[in-house]
Amino acid sequence: MKYQSIKIYFSILVITIVSCSKKVENRTDNLPALNPSSIDINAGSWKTILLKRPDTFAVAIPLAVNNVNYVAELNEIKGLQKSVTPEQNDNIKYWAAGGVLRWNELMRELVAKYNIPPYQNADGTYPIPSSANPFAYPLFPFSNPPYAARAYAYIAAAQYDALVACWYYKNLYSRPAPYKTDASIVAKIPATSLPSYPSEAAVLAGVTAEMMKLLFPTEIGAIQLKAQAHEEAAIISGSATRSDVAAGETLGRQIAQVFIARARTDNAGKAVGTPVDWANFVTITAAKGEIPWISLDNPKRPGMLPFFGRVTPFLFDTATVRALVPPPPPSTSSDQMKTELAEVYNYTNHPTLENQQLVLFWGDGVGTYTPPGHWNTIAAEDFISRNFSEVKWARNMALLNMSLMDAGIVCWNTKYTYFNPRPSQLNPAIKTLTGLPNFPSYISGHSTFSGAAATILGYLNPDRAAAYTQMANDASKSRLVGGLHYQSDCTVGLTVGSNVAQFAITRAKADGAN
Amino acid sequence: MNLLNSNKLLLIVMGIVFSITSLYAQTDQDAIMMNKNLFCTGLTYNTNSWNKYWEGTNLRDNLNIGTISTNEISIMGNYGVKDNLNILFNAPYVSTKASAGVLHAMSGIQDFSAWVKWMPIEKELKHGTFSLYLLGGASLPMTNYIVDFLPLSIGLKSSTVSGRLMLDYQLGKFFVTGSETYTVRGNTKLERNSYYTTSLYLTNEVSMPDVNTISLRTGFRSNWLIAEAIITDMKTLGGFDISKNNMPFPSNKMNATSIAANFKYEIQKVKGLSLVGGASHVIAGRNVGQSTGYYGGLFYILDFSKKKSTKETTNNSSSQNK
Repeated sequence: MKYQSIKIYFSILVITIVSCSKKVENRTDNLPALNPSSIDINAGSWKTILLKRPDTFAVAIPLAVNNVNYVAELNEIKGLQKSVTPEQNDNIKYWAAGGVLRWNELMRELVAKYNIPPYQNADGTYPIPSSANPFAYPLFPFSNPPYAARAYAYIAAAQYDALVACWYYKNLYSRPAPYKTDASIVAKIPATSLPSYPSEAAVLAGVTAEMMKLLFPTEIGAIQLKAQAHEEAAIISGSATRSDVAAGETLGRQIAQVFIARARTDNAGKAVGTPVDWANFVTITAAKGEIPWISLDNPKRPGMLPFFGRVTPFLFDTATVRALVPPPPPSTSSDQMKTELAEVYNYTNHPTLENQQLVLFWGDGVGTYTPPGHWNTIAAEDFISRNFSEVKWARNMALLNMSLMDAGIVCWNTKYTYFNPRPSQLNPAIKTLTGLPNFPSYISGHSTFSGAAATILGYLNPDRAAAYTQMANDASKSRLVGGLHYQSDCTVGLTVGSNVAQFAITRAKADGAN
Repeated sequence: MNLLNSNKLLLIVMGIVFSITSLYAQTDQDAIMMNKNLFCTGLTYNTNSWNKYWEGTNLRDNLNIGTISTNEISIMGNYGVKDNLNILFNAPYVSTKASAGVLHAMSGIQDFSAWVKWMPIEKELKHGTFSLYLLGGASLPMTNYIVDFLPLSIGLKSSTVSGRLMLDYQLGKFFVTGSETYTVRGNTKLERNSYYTTSLYLTNEVSMPDVNTISLRTGFRSNWLIAEAIITDMKTLGGFDISKNNMPFPSNKMNATSIAANFKYEIQKVKGLSLVGGASHVIAGRNVGQSTGYYGGLFYILDFSKKKSTKETTNNSSSQNK
């Protein structure tokens, strides 16, 4: 009968779709264990960022490998390895892909989670997240792009300095890994000749957990659990003993304090400004005969972090920030501005599907890990196949993220120097293909971040330099065709970002890691 | 006959908006069959809008979007393979826009859907008639439209498969129909390659929770007029809430309880021509718009049977043909 064959057909269709797994796999779910092509045993001599010396914080001489107390630590590992649970194995596998990589992913997750603009008060003003009261709405922080760029940079820079110090002591004390000392301990990750004291996993766990107290205070508990998991993986995998971990975590936390002290005085705390400051931007811009930026949020929201441009950069001094700020944008009354405005309108009036996809691919707006997070993803996923040591990973991520943060500083300085209106302000018929950011137009943040990232990544990974340039151009173009920016914002942004990253390249050439 | 149904309900929008089009007369949702070799086809226009939505369970407005309105034109068809076996399809063009803010309007051809509708049991009781229906449906995106632009995306671009059990009882001109529908939703793909739900994902693929819908309808049903009231409860089995002041996301937990009224009128003077119309309103929800919608449509029945004359039906509870 006909309907029976139809029934059969539909049964097959239902079974096919139901049996298709709905589980979504992440690109980094099933990575092989990190197996460095070089252990970089001399990384203790690499140039640190804030630490004056790699041995600023003393690490005690470890017990000899035949000391009875050390033997007891080895016995602990042997006991643990006798009954490893599937969860413990998964945990080892997860962290074995690379500590710097995993902590970077966890940072990106936190940034995405907290990147939500506060809801307005009943009177149309907006509450400001407070680090003194982080659990009250709006939760602290609002990890918008400048906040995120700075957070990524502090974490990456602190991890780098901490690992340089870690490597210094590894080389100094040369305590072999447990699996080297005791043949009955299984190396559940690739065995190397890297000394185990202090544990690099614990250094990373300690320095990152400590930094989080400042950057994501509501997440301290969850982060502490991750830190413990990272350390447990190091022990059960046979690569570190209890004393390797204890020394590493202490060292990491001490070094974090140096970065926290800097962060408390880097002017980020003053980046919000006051209503008087906000009004001043309008007055100053109007006095120059230019149309000042107006928030297109409803109710009108104060511009995002107006004084982030005064935050102390990592790669150069504040005088250099001013030198890197580009010349003004085309006057709001100029013919060039009219031409550029018309160009934006033409792109958005009847957008192509291809352009819409480009805009959303690079959108990195509310609820995402931001453009700096996107470039961390690009870098991390490229570095996976490069077989860097943990310390080399940290060095490269620090160079990337210091470039991104400093690019953000110069970009924000430029934005609030010129206070230039967005295309949709000058022509309300311009509708955007992704959310319109709430800060002035010139220069494009996406372009500046991308110019910086592509430049430093092209230096660190020359095989991919052309691809990075193409990605930066795409990210930049997405802001023009999406109706967020004029061509000038994008072109100049790319150049300024690249100029910032030159300072990172200069540093990289001389840091001893090449 | 309109094929819009509960999955459609979701597909139409980000769940924030959605049109309660599941409620039209003579559709995959109702206990009416086309007789063998008859083909009913037509167009409907559907409009709905909302200016408040549930952010999780909190009903709020949003001055940056104002009122979101969705308009849809659908072409539909229902073919009688046998008197108790029909095939139905629907193909919509959808456009959306926001009355405030700067976000761009969207439009495009959305998802094709089809149902097989089978009535294995139709039983005359001492009082009235009881019938049982089994339906299987599927939907497939027809174009590569934008997903990651909620609440203005025209759909969620997820392929679906649905199964439905429907029971109908008619006594004289009055009827009551109850149905339950389970919809399996395939993964959708975003235009970006990373996203955050309640954790970070490094992929463009989004796992979509399934949906279960229960519907109850009752009213007057004769050969030339149907007037009915409907209550529908749609639940997403999984998914997560929109966090405060965040953007909506395709795999949000979208629940909605809606009420609607419908009519279908057979124009006596033109054989085979009928008018449909109705209104609907979401009375409770979660991560969806508090939408109100209206629709109207025109249908015509073509006879492909060998003998030219169409069969005249009696007061059959479950066969609607002219």
